[in-house]
Amino acid sequence: MTTMTVPVRAAAGPKEATAAAPRGRRKTEPIYYFFLLPSLVLFTLAITVPAVIGIFFSFTNSIGFGDWEFVGLINYVAMFSDPAILQSYLFTFGFAAVTVVLVNVLAFLLAVGLTARIHIKTGLRTVFVIPMVISGIIIAYVFNFLFSNSLPLFGQSLGIGWMSESILANPDLAWVAIVIVTAWQAIPGTLLIYIAGLLSIPGDVYEAADIDGAGKRQQLLRITLPLVAGYVVINTILGFKNFLNAYDVIVGLTNGGPGTATRSIPMTIVTGFTGGDYAYQMANATMFFVIVVIISIAQLRLTRGRNEI
Amino acid sequence: MTVQPALAVENVDGEITLETDTARRSGRRRIGGGDSKNLPLTIVLILSAVTVVVPLYVTVTTAFKTQAQAVDGNAFSLPAPFSVDGFVTAWNLTNFPAAFLVSALVTAASVAGTVVLGALASYAISRNWDNRLFRWSFFYLLAAMFIPFPVVALPQIQLTGLAGLDNPAGVAILHIMFQLSFSILLFTAFLRSIPNELEESARIDGASTWQTFWRLIFPLLAPMSATVGIFAFLASWNDYMMPSLITSDPALQTLPVVQAIFQTQFSNNYNVSFASYLMAMAPAIVVYLFTQRWVMEGVTQGAVKG
Repeated sequence: MTTMTVPVRAAAGPKEATAAAPRGRRKTEPIYYFFLLPSLVLFTLAITVPAVIGIFFSFTNSIGFGDWEFVGLINYVAMFSDPAILQSYLFTFGFAAVTVVLVNVLAFLLAVGLTARIHIKTGLRTVFVIPMVISGIIIAYVFNFLFSNSLPLFGQSLGIGWMSESILANPDLAWVAIVIVTAWQAIPGTLLIYIAGLLSIPGDVYEAADIDGAGKRQQLLRITLPLVAGYVVINTILGFKNFLNAYDVIVGLTNGGPGTATRSIPMTIVTGFTGGDYAYQMANATMFFVIVVIISIAQLRLTRGRNEI
Repeated sequence: MTVQPALAVENVDGEITLETDTARRSGRRRIGGGDSKNLPLTIVLILSAVTVVVPLYVTVTTAFKTQAQAVDGNAFSLPAPFSVDGFVTAWNLTNFPAAFLVSALVTAASVAGTVVLGALASYAISRNWDNRLFRWSFFYLLAAMFIPFPVVALPQIQLTGLAGLDNPAGVAILHIMFQLSFSILLFTAFLRSIPNELEESARIDGASTWQTFWRLIFPLLAPMSATVGIFAFLASWNDYMMPSLITSDPALQTLPVVQAIFQTQFSNNYNVSFASYLMAMAPAIVVYLFTQRWVMEGVTQGAVKG
C-alpha cells in the first residue's frame, strides 16, 4: 500500500484507519463476514449477474427467450449502420452537452448570488433546491401541460409562429423543452456543489484583491472561477453522466417523439424488451456501458488530488 | 494516530460549512466597505426563483380548479370557485391509497435496506481493511456507480421475472443495490473519523462486535444515516423507470407510474391530473422541508468524496 504515504485527506477508501492503528495482521472475526455477506450476495445477484448475462447475450441472436446461437460481433457491427441507434446517440450526446453547459453556467451564477450578502438567503436556498426533490416524470407532465397549452396561447397573443403551436410536437424544437426541464431539475444539485466550492475560498484572498483595487467582475473571473475549477470539473462530469441516462423526463414530455426525434439511448435500449431484438439492444447497452466507464475513469483521473478542495 | 483527529475536525468543519458561511463572508465584506446587504442582487435572485415556483404554482392552482376552469387555457389564474373535485376524482381514478401504499412500502424498504446493509458492510470493511477480501469488496461494491440502470435493465427485467420478483419487492431490492455504493462511500468515510479508543473501551467492558456495532457504532453513524436515508427516500419515491419496467402487475405500481393514465385517458381533466400530481409530489417536498440540512450536505459530500 504505497498510497498510504500520500497525505490524502478525503480520498476514497478507509486506508488511514488501519494505517493509524498498526495492530499487525490480526485474524478477522467471523461476524464481520456476516456483516458484509448480505451486501455482497445481493449485489452480485442483482447487478453483477445481470451485467454478465447481458454482455454474454450481446454476442448472440437471442430475442429474450427460446433458442439462440452465437453470432460474434454482428450486433456491434450492425449498430454502426443503424439510423435509429445513431440518431439516439447523436440526440443523447447533443442533449447532454447542451444541458451540461446550461446547467453549469446558471448554477454557478446562482451559487455566486446565494453566497453573497443578500436578504432572505436561507429562504432563497430552500426554494432553489426544491426541484431536486420532485419526481422527474411528474414535473415533466406539468411542463408538458405548460408547453402544449400555456406557451402556445402566449405565442398566439404575441403572433410568434413557432411559439403558437406546442414545441413538443415540433421535431426541431422538442429537444429544447427536454433541456429546459432537465436543467430545471439538475440545477439544485450542481448549485449546492458550487456553493460548497465558493465557501471553501478563504476570505483573505478577496481582501487582498480589494486592497489591490480589483473590481468585483475581475475578482469573479480571475479569483473565484480559477479557485472553483475543481468543482467545475466534478459538476461537468457528474452532470454529463446523469444526462446520458435521460429517461423519465423525456417519457413525460415527448415519449421520444415526435417520431423518434428525442429518443435517448436508455429509451432505445428498453425497446429491446418488447421489440424482439433483445441481443441487439444488449450490444447497445454494452456499448453505452463502455462509454459510461470511460467517462467515469476520466472523472476519477481529473478529480484525484483535487479532493482537498 | 495523529491522522484521525485531523480528519474528524475536517469532517465537523465540512458539516457546519453551510451554517458558518455568513460569519465568514461578513468578515471579508466588512473590509470591502459597508455592512449592508445587496438589495439589487436579492431582487435578481427572487426573480430567478420565480422559474422554480411557476410550475409548482400552476400545479397547486390547477388542482383546486373546477374542470370547466381548468380547460380554459389560462394556467396562471387563481381557482374560482375553489374546488376539491379534482382530488376526489384523482383519488378514485388512480386508486390513490393502493399506489401510495406500494410507494410507501418500496421507499421504506429501500431506505431501511440502504442504511442497514450499507452501515453493516461499511463497518466490516473499515475494520478489516488489512483483509484482502474486505478491501476488494469495497471497490467491488463501489463499482455500481459505473453501472447505470439502463445498462442492466433488460437482463434485470428477465431475471426478476424468473425469480418471481417482478413486483414491488424486486423494485425495492434493486433500489437498495443502486444506492449501496453511495451509502458505503459516505459511511466508510465517516467510520474513519471515529476514534478506535471508543470501540476498545466498549470491548474492554465486554461488548461483542455485534453489540459494539448496534449500541455504539450505529448510533454514532446517525447523521450519515440521515443523509443516506434521505437520498434513498428521494431516489426511491420519485423513480419512474425502474418500477415501470420491473413491476408487471399494473395494480402494484408506484405513484409516479400510475400518473400515466392521465396521458392516455382523461387527458383533458387537468384539475384531476394536477391534483394527482400534487398528491404524488407533496410527501417528498414535505420531507425535504424538514430535512434540508442533510439534503444539502449529502449532495456536497457525495460529490466531493465520490
